[in-house]
Amino acid sequence: MAASLVLPKLVGQRIKRREDPRLIQGRATYVDDIKVVGMQHLAFVRSDIAHGRILSIDTSAADAMDGVEAVFTGAQIAELLAPMPILTPFPSPDHRAVAVDIVRYVGEPVAVVVTADRYVARDAADAIVVDYEQLPAVVDPEQAMTGTPVVIHADFADNLALPFLPGGTGVAADFTVDDTVVDQAFADAEVVVSQRMVNQRLAPTPIETRGVLAHFEPGKGTMTIWSSTQNPHTLRTFIATMTGLGQDQVRAIAPEVGGAFGAKINIYPEEYVAAALSKRLGLPIKWIEDRSEAFVATTHGRDIIGYVDIAARRDGTVVGLKLRLIADIGAYNMLLTAAIPTLTMQMASATYDIPAIRATLTEVFTNKTPTAAYRGAGRPEATYFVERAMDMLARELEMDPADLRRKNFITPDQFPYTTQMGAVYDSGDYGKALDLALQNAGWADLKKQRDAARAKGRLVGLGLSMYVEVCGVGPSSSFPSGGWEYAQVTIERDGRISATTGASPHGQGNETTFAQMLADQFGVPLEHITIHHGDTGVVKQGIGTFGSRSQAVGGTALHLAGGKVKVKMAKFAAALIEAHEDDLVFEDGMISVKGSPESGKSFADVAKYAYVPVPLPKGLDPGLSEEAFFEPANNTYPFGCHISMLEIDRETGEPTLLRLVAVDDAGHLINPLIVDGQIHGGLAQGIGQAMIEEFRYSEDGQPVTGSFMDYAIPRAADFPRFELDNTVTPTPVNPLGAKGVGEAGTLGSTPCVVAAAVDALSEFGVKHIDMMLRPEKLWRIIHGGQP
Amino acid sequence: MAQVSVTVNGKTHTANVEPRLLLVHFLREQLNLTGTHIGCDTSQCGACTVLVDGRSAKSCTIFAVQADGSEITTIEGLARDGRLHPLQEGFWEEHGLQCGYCTPGMIMSAVDLLNEHPSPTEREIRDGIDGNFCRCTGYEHIVNAIQYAANKR
Ligand code: FES
Ligand code: FES
Repeated sequence: MAASLVLPKLVGQRIKRREDPRLIQGRATYVDDIKVVGMQHLAFVRSDIAHGRILSIDTSAADAMDGVEAVFTGAQIAELLAPMPILTPFPSPDHRAVAVDIVRYVGEPVAVVVTADRYVARDAADAIVVDYEQLPAVVDPEQAMTGTPVVIHADFADNLALPFLPGGTGVAADFTVDDTVVDQAFADAEVVVSQRMVNQRLAPTPIETRGVLAHFEPGKGTMTIWSSTQNPHTLRTFIATMTGLGQDQVRAIAPEVGGAFGAKINIYPEEYVAAALSKRLGLPIKWIEDRSEAFVATTHGRDIIGYVDIAARRDGTVVGLKLRLIADIGAYNMLLTAAIPTLTMQMASATYDIPAIRATLTEVFTNKTPTAAYRGAGRPEATYFVERAMDMLARELEMDPADLRRKNFITPDQFPYTTQMGAVYDSGDYGKALDLALQNAGWADLKKQRDAARAKGRLVGLGLSMYVEVCGVGPSSSFPSGGWEYAQVTIERDGRISATTGASPHGQGNETTFAQMLADQFGVPLEHITIHHGDTGVVKQGIGTFGSRSQAVGGTALHLAGGKVKVKMAKFAAALIEAHEDDLVFEDGMISVKGSPESGKSFADVAKYAYVPVPLPKGLDPGLSEEAFFEPANNTYPFGCHISMLEIDRETGEPTLLRLVAVDDAGHLINPLIVDGQIHGGLAQGIGQAMIEEFRYSEDGQPVTGSFMDYAIPRAADFPRFELDNTVTPTPVNPLGAKGVGEAGTLGSTPCVVAAAVDALSEFGVKHIDMMLRPEKLWRIIHGGQP
Repeated sequence: MAQVSVTVNGKTHTANVEPRLLLVHFLREQLNLTGTHIGCDTSQCGACTVLVDGRSAKSCTIFAVQADGSEITTIEGLARDGRLHPLQEGFWEEHGLQCGYCTPGMIMSAVDLLNEHPSPTEREIRDGIDGNFCRCTGYEHIVNAIQYAANKR
């Protein structure tokens, strides 16, 4: 018996990832790396106009092409597929996977071809001629709300997808609104600052585009579908429903997924079409999205206008907030489209104790790609609107932006804190995060540096932002396909551990963090553990990875399943050792009586015994495998403070980010190295939104940023080194105390960078600049024009 | 159809291909070397980067026939005798990847970068990988990974 092994505790350690060996050697399997015998390729003909009636589709040239297996128009697809499903409760117009008579955005599918060769698929799609009667298009949501020049969906007057959703102080459960308290707050205020702000449309752009391979096996009557998705179990549910199969007859697999950022939560037309055609033709069918397609066919994020009014006393006490939101959701509702802007409402109180809030939301159809989740999904927008308003208020009151925030914080003794929006914040210590960020940035000194630079004529500015987000998505009342997560832990008969998780990752490193947890729980080496995910044939149930939930909810399910199996294993060990199970410890590969390691049995020996239990201990069944569903009682609310320093070139208007200091509090951390990576990635996207990213359309609905030539995603040279730190305020919502960190970086960075730009240009009297910070826009301010 | 003969990771392959076949598709579809990825159709993302005669090149920008007679190294050919290349090691040690999709192209670009600048400054690294997009990492750990490899050599 080798008693020499001493295993360090792994939770909380910067462990390098177990996923990496395959990824750094080109040996991982993404969806486009999979081939099935007989596989056909699918290509889509897409609308190249923003709004029009389909007059005719001529497929004859494509039909006649060598190697073309089949061609289908929208009308033919409609015979195979019901309308696109959604998960939100609001009324929604008919939406077909492939348009039947009207197209409503550039990129909407119109016809499909199936061919043996990928290049021929493109040729055949290009050979299909579609004749349209062009209709007027509308791309500005505030224009669309007037119902002119066009109503996009006949039953939705004035293009209102969701006409009016009120929330906050004085709003009853039946949505009747009593404005008395909010009106009084504004009437009593000494200062009111108002601003219209635009949180612009973004393209998520994971570097792996979407892709799907559907394989219906007619002999078995079952479907296997591989897809680059964040939630294979949800995919299974919808593919089964849409193809008339049972959930037991569909196996959905998310292989290696090359980034997602919320854009791969939705189940898309292409997935349904591939599945339906595979079933219809009895052939495996693959579709891989081109990047040009991805820019128009994968959901966009953000695109919401906020009219913000903030009311305060002269001493800086905020007494009221009004937030009128107009969300441009594009041409259709996708699964969760309508829900995303409601998260912006939910987070309107930000980190502040605001006694009166009125938030309202209107969602509007336009002739653009539908929106859905993009990293942060509704919370960066809330943070942006409120934090920009706080900055403007600070400027108005000539207060330090940090002091103004501190004056209004929800204080640690107020948690759990129910905001006027009805969100119940679990825990927080905002002052601590602010103090640490100020200290790390050297705030007082930084202000001196800025002033010294200004004295020399340089345009240098500072920005500061707090944030709180809603994460760890669950319970089921907060997510329409279920707010729980699932895990199974099996001690194999050789003493190794297999675990499954429904939290299907796409870069988050769950194979590492989850193994760290189990290694500690069972006192075994990390190398003895395998985490399975992403395959509904292996992982019995699951929800998926989004809303920064995989650790807080999925990790907890794993911890609970591990706990159950550990209890059972202790009973087997107790029988072997002839000790009481409560006295046993699992350590260093042994199970032994606490304080006397020599009494113990090896972990592997106990496992072996559990599978050939002679004698079988009384009251026990053989085997060591347990599962757990975990549904949290509440969301979690991570928070933090980001500070930036930025310089703008007086001659060119070009902004350069000089510093970015971030303090994030995600509760307990499992692997700080991975957490740093998550924050870096979030910061890059948040700064990207502030500085260079914007998905734009021409007035007639043509995308003008439809490739990487025009849509700028950040590159390495765009950033300074990020200066990270963290505070730890555990959540009481789960036994791990973990809150989630995947989206954090996108919350505080965006407003703090814009604040720094406004600060840099304060000598020109500017109070707010809409994103992104295009040099031309800044140059115009510097040279006396309007932004 | 046109004949093309290339040496990939030390092994010579001869094939008849359509003249329009991109090198990246030749590598992925015909040689089953799927470690080289595709992230765009405008030659910008760098996910497809390989070494052609020792220099980094975007394999989506080259027809297979143009590579005739050349020596190509892909990510699969970087580790030698079961030992990781210092850059692969660096990416692992420094957490230079998340989803891993950009990683093969990023590493191949970095091989070229370090050949040109054996001890690069941080600025040289950041500018040197300008043609490679990563949407996950924010690049800082990638910079660390390349520095790790530079220090190892
Ligand atoms: S695939 Fe993007 S540059 Fe080659
Ligand atoms: S690691 Fe995902 S794109 Fe770079």
